Amino acid sequence: MPVIEYIEAIRLAMKEEMERDNDVFVLGEDVGLKGGVFGTTKGLQQQFGELRALDAPLAESAIAGVAIGAAMAGMKPIAEMQYSDFMFPATNQIISEAAKIRYRSNNDWDCPVVIRAPIGGGVFGGLYHSQCPESVFFGTPGLKIVAPATAYDAKGLLKAAIRDPDPVIFFENKKCYRLISDEVPEEDYVVPIGKSKVMREGTDLTVIGYSMPLHFAMQAAEELSKEHGIEAHILDLRTIQPLDREGILEAAAKTGKVLIVHEDNKTGGVGAEVGTIIAEELLYELDAPIRRLCAPDVPAMPINPPGEKHYLLNKEKLKKAMLELARY
Amino acid sequence: MMHTGSVQRALRHTELGLTDERAVDMYKMMMLARRFDERGQLLQRAGKVNFHISGITQEPSQVAMGFAMDRERDWFLPYYRDYGFVLSIGMTVKDLMLSLYAKGEDPNSAGRQMPGHFGSKRLRIVTGSSPVTTQVPHAAGFALAAKMRKEPSVAIVTFGDGSSNQGDFHEGCNFAGVHQLPVIFVCENNQYAISMSLEKQTRGRICDRALGYGFPGVRVDGNDPLEVYRVFKEARERAVSGEGPTLIEIMTYRVTAHSTSDNDMAYRTKEEVDEQKAKDGMPVYKQYLVDAGLWSEEKEATLQAEIRATIDEANDYAEKAPFQPVEDAFRYVYAEENGEG
Repeated sequence: MPVIEYIEAIRLAMKEEMERDNDVFVLGEDVGLKGGVFGTTKGLQQQFGELRALDAPLAESAIAGVAIGAAMAGMKPIAEMQYSDFMFPATNQIISEAAKIRYRSNNDWDCPVVIRAPIGGGVFGGLYHSQCPESVFFGTPGLKIVAPATAYDAKGLLKAAIRDPDPVIFFENKKCYRLISDEVPEEDYVVPIGKSKVMREGTDLTVIGYSMPLHFAMQAAEELSKEHGIEAHILDLRTIQPLDREGILEAAAKTGKVLIVHEDNKTGGVGAEVGTIIAEELLYELDAPIRRLCAPDVPAMPINPPGEKHYLLNKEKLKKAMLELARY
Repeated sequence: MMHTGSVQRALRHTELGLTDERAVDMYKMMMLARRFDERGQLLQRAGKVNFHISGITQEPSQVAMGFAMDRERDWFLPYYRDYGFVLSIGMTVKDLMLSLYAKGEDPNSAGRQMPGHFGSKRLRIVTGSSPVTTQVPHAAGFALAAKMRKEPSVAIVTFGDGSSNQGDFHEGCNFAGVHQLPVIFVCENNQYAISMSLEKQTRGRICDRALGYGFPGVRVDGNDPLEVYRVFKEARERAVSGEGPTLIEIMTYRVTAHSTSDNDMAYRTKEEVDEQKAKDGMPVYKQYLVDAGLWSEEKEATLQAEIRATIDEANDYAEKAPFQPVEDAFRYVYAEENGEG
């Protein structure tokens, strides 16, 4: 099975879906000839023409709003937000429109749009090229939200998102783009939306998270295993809305000690909901208080290297928190 | 207007390609919209329904633009005062009444949304919301889909003068201009955004903004339905022949308060409103039809009786109709797994 980069998995998912279905198209800033500022849409305009890899004027509400209109007309648009930091002008379109179209029309209309937006820091992007805005959209009924950590899941989840009959926000991690490579089958497959995945089996503590921080958890887990004989159970949520309640409860019950990790800040983040689900259902099976390791509650990360490093999660921070919990 | 070498007077509607019957139907439709609207206000004042929002005096232009479009091919994105428009493109008084009473059979939303939030896929009327102007980029999206699929469809989107201040107005117009999309942007300029008169909203003419997007902007008198029809026919022709968007500013006036929740006498005078009421396009159009030999007081009396019966019947039906059962109230957040979604 070929090993490919996370960004290539995203590009291939779009390319293959556009080959499979003429109604699929991508629009956004610089997605055409340039192939996107990160190269995510490279070659798509050359293969599919100017309309199906459509350069849109620099106006995020229109990128989302035009995509929503086209989706209602029966197309399958993929709207690219250049950075998730810049998607807030489109928030009204996403929350007031895309999320509510099926419900408000009593199932008469639907809106099968995909909104792709790169999240995450560690690229010296400063305050406005590094954010994780999941919590802004999380909790909005009518939206599905996915955030893959691996190339395999990126491809499978993007295909599932494109084929989904409802609006899906696809939060791709820009740090993962070229840092993360893994085995991706050449044949067609989808990763079901709403299903978590056990990344590592363990018995001593459970780590639950999504996107980039899971890779730090995996590295930390290997070291904890070698150095302390501690075996961490790691659950990748993959989809953050709807959350996989069963998967979460099963993973939590497995060890009775839960650490939730994400790069979005702690207060009001996805972790708060995950923790509450566990508290509601499993409180008496826990052997330790539920813990969260997330970004601090400051507006966003600084660009200066010590500041960025201090803000971000890393293997050492994960290892320390995991060890503490395992020894609780 | 005179034909050269003839004493025969060519009628304006005939010159526009409207048959006598269609010209009369336009009048009937305006009157239906007016009477429904008046009934809506009465029902709210009587405590029968919770809310009504009016489009009175805007009907002549709303009906004219509906008549200028292709009901089989075009996409319609109306705003909340467009009773005349949606009636012209196939919605019925019964549908509107069911929406007013928020009943389960309401085709717009099964009584989930406030009245005036139109939507019917069957009629190609696109579901709308309350945050204004979000429908403008949607119209560009429908037009983009038509262009990609090489379908001869035009998207027509309406909004108020207040909406012309929103970013979505600019973003939608600009996008459609860049990609030369088959869309007609329609500002129904009724001079007020709730209490905000036009001079508090913009210094320029809204139609002139089209210049900045590289497509034509036209201002038209909303009290002259035949001129409105002509302008929309032309804009539709441009759109289907690949010449891109048109922005049309319909000059009209909101004679009612913003909604049944508003008291307009707090911000304007009765004299101002009365002066505008006197400019109502409907009596003028009626006189035109009478002068053309197409209408009479007898016909008027019959029409009024018919409309009254239609509205009474719709009212009785809607009042007695059930609400959506609460077991269904939370359905359709997502597509349902049985494929119903």
